[in-house]
Amino acid sequence: MGLTGESTGLRMVQSPKSIQRQPGEKVVALAGNPNVGKSTVFNFLTGLNQHTGNWPGKTVSNAQGKCERDGRTFVLVDLPGTYSLMAHSAEEEVARDFLCFGEPDAAIVVCDATCLERNLNLVLQTQEITSRVVVCVNLIDEAEKKHIRVDVQRLSKLLGAPVVATGARSGKGLEELMRQVERVMEQEPPAASTVQYPREIEQALALLTPAVERAVHGRLPARWLSLKLLEGDESLLRSVDTYLGASLLQTGAVAGAKKEAERTLRAAGIGAERFVDLVTAACVRKAEGISREAVRFERGDPMRRDRMLDKIFTGRVTGLLTMLLLLALVFWLTITGANFLSDWLSQGAGIVEGWLTDFFRWAHAPDWLYGALVQGVYRVMAWVVSVMLPPMAIFFPLFTFLEDLGYLPRVAFNLDRFFKKSGACGKQALTMCMGFGCNAAGVVGCRIIDSRRERLIAMLTNNFVPCNGRFPTLIAILSMFFITASAGVLGSVASALALTGVILLGVVMTLLVSRLLSRTILSGVPSSFTLELPPYRRPQVGKLLVRSVLDRTLFVLGRAVAVAAPAGLVIWLLSNITVGDMSLFAHCTAFLDPFARLFGMDGVILMAFILGFPANEIVLPIIMMGYMASGTLTSYESLDALRVLLVDNGWTWVTAACVMLFSLMHWPCSTTCLTIRKESGSVKWMLLSMVIPTAVGLSLCFLLRSVSLLL
Amino acid sequence: MDDKVTTLNLLKEGNTARVDGLLSVGSMRRRLQDIGLIEGTTVQCLQRSPAGDPVAYLIRGAVIALRAEDASQILVRGECS
Repeated sequence: MGLTGESTGLRMVQSPKSIQRQPGEKVVALAGNPNVGKSTVFNFLTGLNQHTGNWPGKTVSNAQGKCERDGRTFVLVDLPGTYSLMAHSAEEEVARDFLCFGEPDAAIVVCDATCLERNLNLVLQTQEITSRVVVCVNLIDEAEKKHIRVDVQRLSKLLGAPVVATGARSGKGLEELMRQVERVMEQEPPAASTVQYPREIEQALALLTPAVERAVHGRLPARWLSLKLLEGDESLLRSVDTYLGASLLQTGAVAGAKKEAERTLRAAGIGAERFVDLVTAACVRKAEGISREAVRFERGDPMRRDRMLDKIFTGRVTGLLTMLLLLALVFWLTITGANFLSDWLSQGAGIVEGWLTDFFRWAHAPDWLYGALVQGVYRVMAWVVSVMLPPMAIFFPLFTFLEDLGYLPRVAFNLDRFFKKSGACGKQALTMCMGFGCNAAGVVGCRIIDSRRERLIAMLTNNFVPCNGRFPTLIAILSMFFITASAGVLGSVASALALTGVILLGVVMTLLVSRLLSRTILSGVPSSFTLELPPYRRPQVGKLLVRSVLDRTLFVLGRAVAVAAPAGLVIWLLSNITVGDMSLFAHCTAFLDPFARLFGMDGVILMAFILGFPANEIVLPIIMMGYMASGTLTSYESLDALRVLLVDNGWTWVTAACVMLFSLMHWPCSTTCLTIRKESGSVKWMLLSMVIPTAVGLSLCFLLRSVSLLL
Repeated sequence: MDDKVTTLNLLKEGNTARVDGLLSVGSMRRRLQDIGLIEGTTVQCLQRSPAGDPVAYLIRGAVIALRAEDASQILVRGECS
């Protein structure tokens, strides 16, 4: 749930194939398998805050940043994590195309030391494209803990490339890494390893490579390109033609040589499918051989601890149980901690208001100005800060903790069956989790789902999990209307369980709507999938706190304040400009009122949801402002003041429940909508993503209200 | 060591087998090969998910979850321990 200014903005959706470089700047590509700490290396070197998390497929686009060293500037490009460069998926194509056509001066391949063998596959493939490769064996500290010894010198010799062991989280080895990068830029490593293919393929390559060599003049790697030509990779061939500005097949003797090479292969009984099988297998076997020589497992099963944790987190009985308990625990900590923080903040806000009042008196400010700024804008802002901020500030670090631990892929593993039954992909559980942070980030995260049909389902239903902007609203209403009777620990436990229930309702709706979609407009069968369950890693609590509070909480709060302040003014104006015998605001709400009442709400509430389109955080504050047009909020002390205000305006438990339902299920915020349009490529899907949750929400509200009338 | 050929989805929890071939086609075949599933690769069945499907396998040091219908496209030999 990468929630930062960048990750939720439009920058998130761009993935540049080539980059702008100033003269003298050197470009370094950062490749690697998913979830090997590539982004951690990137962040450390560039000082940027690309979001990191312990689950595969998190980096979805090329990020770039600069790194200064001894007066030289390096532009680092963080490629999407891939298992190979065979371009079987969009990410692989982006990574491959950048290595091939982006003209990087060097490439770093980041590997996971605890799982080196599979990572070497990508190293070997990268070396086929460029020999200026530095291998970064990351997570070396984790490997040591698991008694896995990597012989760096031996590995370097076998690969014919510099190898540096790093622990990117602490910055260990990164200085040396950049030194080696500079070295390969100055001088190509003399003996980069090459994968030897079966004899028939080598014969075919020997026929084709010289012709390709003459055609590309060293601008592209000839042996690799020949391999791709024989593989029949059409999309690559088109990219090559664009890059060269001429058709490769029509240059020199390439077409003829290709025909002859293909004849050799056919004579040896190697068809297209078999060719790829053999090429892939040769690479995998070579990686296996290198790993056998360079990696030593010193003691028993290095994954014993992980297996034990998995027995608990994904066990037959314990899997779903721990999932629910963890969810409830996170909410309990959030609610309990938030109460404490809220009291503290609201007292502070009260003191500041005293100062403001003194100041306005001293300045002889007119009453209307004092009313608008202090009783209107300031009080609502203070309320946003003291009630909305604490839940976010506590929820985020807790959630990030689980994310860094590696728990989220286990959720996907546990829930895949349910998603499959709904015709969707288990990875949708991951994007759903990201939605807790920010639905826009969740929608972008849907790129990890390969099938377009399943990706669209995940995008259209992401809004059914409440994002951080809606959490505080839900918590506030819960504690005002449903859990007030019992205070203390019992009360907060009850609140946590109730909130868990609300989230479960969201998850159930996600599954039901996914099912409905896959039976109707997005019909199809679930496609095959592979899901990696990465090793558990101990989260770094210090960094995690700083990152989640600074990057996420303050960003969200800043957005809320930025939207709430003008909204406060607009509403104050709407309430104070009268047309006829009523204010403009009253006209609007009166117009909406009869409609809203059908669904257990009122005109002010519906108006607040509409005005809250830019940011869900401000829905409750707008409702407050709307009601305060006729009376002001008397104090900040606890939620009781707000409760009194709401009850005075006719709220009952039915109103509260309907507002919660509608908050859980209505149109996504404007950022999410724009993201859906961009990611799905059409306005149609965006509109649908607004209509579906709204229709579901309104139906449930209508139902609840109708039933309550019968009681 | 037992030498009968069976499919991966039939492998019992805790047991190990060697890949004999892939029946999967297209992108799934490629993806399986990319994570190192080729002829001769050793695979261990680690555990089932709470609902019984998917199942987690240990493949070349990494834990990968596969659904039953995908695992049924992977031929394995033996149940060596």
